[in-house]
Amino acid sequence: MKKIDRIIKHHGYRKERIIQILNDIQSIYNYLPKDVLEYAGQRLGMPLSGIYSIATFYSAFSLKPRGEHLVTVCMGTACHVRGAPSVLSRLEDRLRIETGGTTEDNQFTLKTVNCLGACALAPIVVVDDEYHGQTTVNKVDRLLKEYEKKKKD
Amino acid sequence: MKRRRKTEEFRLHLLVCAGTGCVANHAFDIKEELQKEIARKKLSDEIGVVTTGCQGFCERGPIVIVQPDGIFYQRMKKKDIPHLVEEHLLKGRPVKELMYIPSPREAPVPKMMDIEFFKHQRLIILRNRGRLDPENIDEYIGFNGYQALEIALTRMTPERIIKEVKASGLRGRGGAGFPTGMKWDLCRREPGRIKYIICNGDEGDPGAFMDRSVLEADPHSVIEGMTIGARAISVHKGFVYVRSEYPLAVKRLKIALSQAEEYGLLGKDILGTNFDFDIEVVQGAGAFVCGEETALIASIEGKVGRPRQRPPYPSEKGLWGKPTNINNVETWANVPMIISRGAKWFSSIGTKTSKGTKIFSLVGKINNTGLVEVPMGITMREIIYDIGGGIPQGKEFKAVQTGGPSGGCIPKNMLDLPIDYESLTQAGSMMGSGGMIVMDEDTCMVDVARYFLNFTQEESCGKCPPCRMGTKHMVYTLDRKTKGKGREGDIQFLESIAENVKLSSLCGLGQTAPHPVLTTLRYFRDEYEAHIKEKRCPALVCKDLISYVIDDKLCGGCTVCAKNCPSDAISGEPKKIHTIDQQKCTKCGICITVCPPKFNAVKKVSPAVK
Repeated sequence: MKKIDRIIKHHGYRKERIIQILNDIQSIYNYLPKDVLEYAGQRLGMPLSGIYSIATFYSAFSLKPRGEHLVTVCMGTACHVRGAPSVLSRLEDRLRIETGGTTEDNQFTLKTVNCLGACALAPIVVVDDEYHGQTTVNKVDRLLKEYEKKKKD
Repeated sequence: MKRRRKTEEFRLHLLVCAGTGCVANHAFDIKEELQKEIARKKLSDEIGVVTTGCQGFCERGPIVIVQPDGIFYQRMKKKDIPHLVEEHLLKGRPVKELMYIPSPREAPVPKMMDIEFFKHQRLIILRNRGRLDPENIDEYIGFNGYQALEIALTRMTPERIIKEVKASGLRGRGGAGFPTGMKWDLCRREPGRIKYIICNGDEGDPGAFMDRSVLEADPHSVIEGMTIGARAISVHKGFVYVRSEYPLAVKRLKIALSQAEEYGLLGKDILGTNFDFDIEVVQGAGAFVCGEETALIASIEGKVGRPRQRPPYPSEKGLWGKPTNINNVETWANVPMIISRGAKWFSSIGTKTSKGTKIFSLVGKINNTGLVEVPMGITMREIIYDIGGGIPQGKEFKAVQTGGPSGGCIPKNMLDLPIDYESLTQAGSMMGSGGMIVMDEDTCMVDVARYFLNFTQEESCGKCPPCRMGTKHMVYTLDRKTKGKGREGDIQFLESIAENVKLSSLCGLGQTAPHPVLTTLRYFRDEYEAHIKEKRCPALVCKDLISYVIDDKLCGGCTVCAKNCPSDAISGEPKKIHTIDQQKCTKCGICITVCPPKFNAVKKVSPAVK
C-alpha cells in the first residue's frame, strides 16, 4: 500500500483529485482492486460508495482484472464507416469473448473506445499501447498470432 | 535546462512528424534510423534531425520534411533511409519515389507547399505545425511565441484585451459558437475575488482530433492564450481538462507547463508584472458527456460528470461555485494571434458572422485524410475535392457528416454551401468541434443514424428522462429497421420522439442527439423507406438485409474463398463453381476480400436471399 500512499500524497490528499488518483491506481494494477479502493477511501476520508460511483461512471475504469493484453477497438465514426464493426466481430469470434470480456487464459481483454482521434489510420486496433492502423478482418488474425507468439517466446 | 544546438549551425534539417498518426506508423524508428545513417555517412555535424508536432496529413505518415528546401517525403519505411541519405543528403538529388504522387497518372510533387492538400489552407491556429519541436520552448519563442503575452501584460489593460477579442469576432470553437470576448466580459464583471478559467480539451466527438493535434503540436499557444485570458478576466488559476485517450497530449502539455514556469512565463510575477497565474492539468476518464461545460466542471471537482441545469451559467457559478470561464483548445490557441496581429486583421478573414479560420478533420471515405485549417466561408466542395482530393476508388459522394453526434448529414446538393456557424445550423447540422466525416455510396444512412444514436444513448448520463429514454427508443426503432423488422409508421414515430428529446432534454447532449436522425430523414428518406417497405439496404451495409452470393458466371473455382471461410459455409471443388450456404454464412465478408480480382465473383445482394 506504500505505492497508494505515494499516489495520494502526489495529489496532495485532495478528494477532488479522485479521478486522477484512480487513473494512477489503475496504471499500477491494470484494474481497481476492492481492497485498494477501501484503503484509498480511508486515506482520503471518502466512503467506498462514493469511489464506486466514480469508478462505474467513467468508462476508463475497470473493477475486474484485465487480461495480459488489452485489445481496444476504436468505434469512432471514421472507423465505423471504414469497417470497424466487422473487425470487432472478428475479434470477438477469434477470442471467443464478447466486448468487455477477458479470455479464459487471461491473455486478452477486449474493449471498445469511442474515438482515439487518429482517424487517418481507420479502422484502428490498439493492443496495449501499440496502434495498428488500417485493420482488416484478415489483419486481425495475423495480429493475434503475433501476440500469441510473443507469449511463447 | 538542456539547450539544443543552435539551428543555424546545420546545413539541412530533417523534420520528422511525431503526431499520434505518424508515431503509430513508427515515426520514432524512422528518426532513429535517420540519425544512425547520417552518423554512418559522417554528416552529423551538417544535418540535424528534429521531431515536430502533427503535420496534419496523417494519411501519408510517417512524414519527413527536408528544410530549407521544403521537400516532402511520405510513407517512409526504414529500408528507404540509406537511399534517401545517400541521394538527397549527400549528393543533393531529391528522391522522387518517396514523394507525394497525387494519382498514378501525375508526376511526384516535391515541395510541401505545392501539394493540393496544403496549398489551399490558411494557417493561424496551426501556424507552427510541423515546424517546431513541441517539447522545446525555445523554438516556440523563436517563432515569436509569448510575444502576444508580453504585449497583453505590459501594454494593454484587461479592458483593452477584452475589447480587442470582442472586435475580432472570435466565437467559441467548441461547437456552439458563443462570442468569446463577450463570455470573458461576463465573467470579468461577476463580483468576487476568486475566479477560474478552464480549457476544454475533452474532445469527445468521434472523428474530430484537432484539439489533440494542437495540444500535441503547439501546447505553448494554448498556454499563452489562457494566460492572456486570465489577465483579461483577472484570474489566477486555470485548468486544462484533457480526455484520457490522449496520453501524448497530456505528456507534452505537462512538459510545456514546466518549461513556461521555468522561463517566468507562468506562475508568480509573470514577466515581472506582478501578475500570478498557474495551470493544472486534469485528465478525464472516458465520459463523452464531460465535454459539456457543467459536467466538465463536476468532473474537475472530483464528482461524477453529470450536467446540471443552466442558468446559472458557469460565468456566474462555475467551478466550486465561483465564476468560471470555459473555452475550448482551439479558441484559446487563436488568442495570441489576435493580440499580436490585431482584431482588424483577424476579422478580415471569414464571413460576416463567423470570423477567422476553423480546423476541420477530414476523415472517412476521402483520399487525403487529415487536419485542414481553412477560412470560414469556404465551401464543402472546396474542402472535399480541392483539399481532400475527392472520394477514393472513383466512388460516388453521398454525404458529409459534421458536428459529431450532435450534428447532421449534409447531402450532395448542398456541397456548395459556404461553411459557417449559421449555414450549418440552417442545414440541420452544426459546426460542432469540426469533424467532417465523408461518406460514399457504400455508406448506409440508416446505419449511420443508428450508429450516432447508439453512441449518444450509451453516453447519456441518465440524469434527465427525455435523453435517457428517448435515445433508447430511437435506437430500438432504428435497430429494428436495420434488422428488417421495420414497420409502417416507424418514420413518424421517430420524428415525434426526436422533436420531444430535442425540446425537453437538460443539456446539449440530449438537445442535439436527434440531429443525425432528423437530417438523414430530411435528406435520405428514400433509404429509410427501402429498409422498411422492401427490407432492402441500398448501400448493402445492414447485415440482416444482405446476402453474400457467388456469381456462377464469374467464379473460376479457385477455392480461395472456401479455404478462408471461417464458418465453412462455402462448398465447391477445384475448377468448379462454388456456392455459399446461406444458413451457415455469418456475413463476415472475408470471401469478398479474398476473391481474386480477375474473377471478382463474390457479390453482396439486398434484400437477403432466403
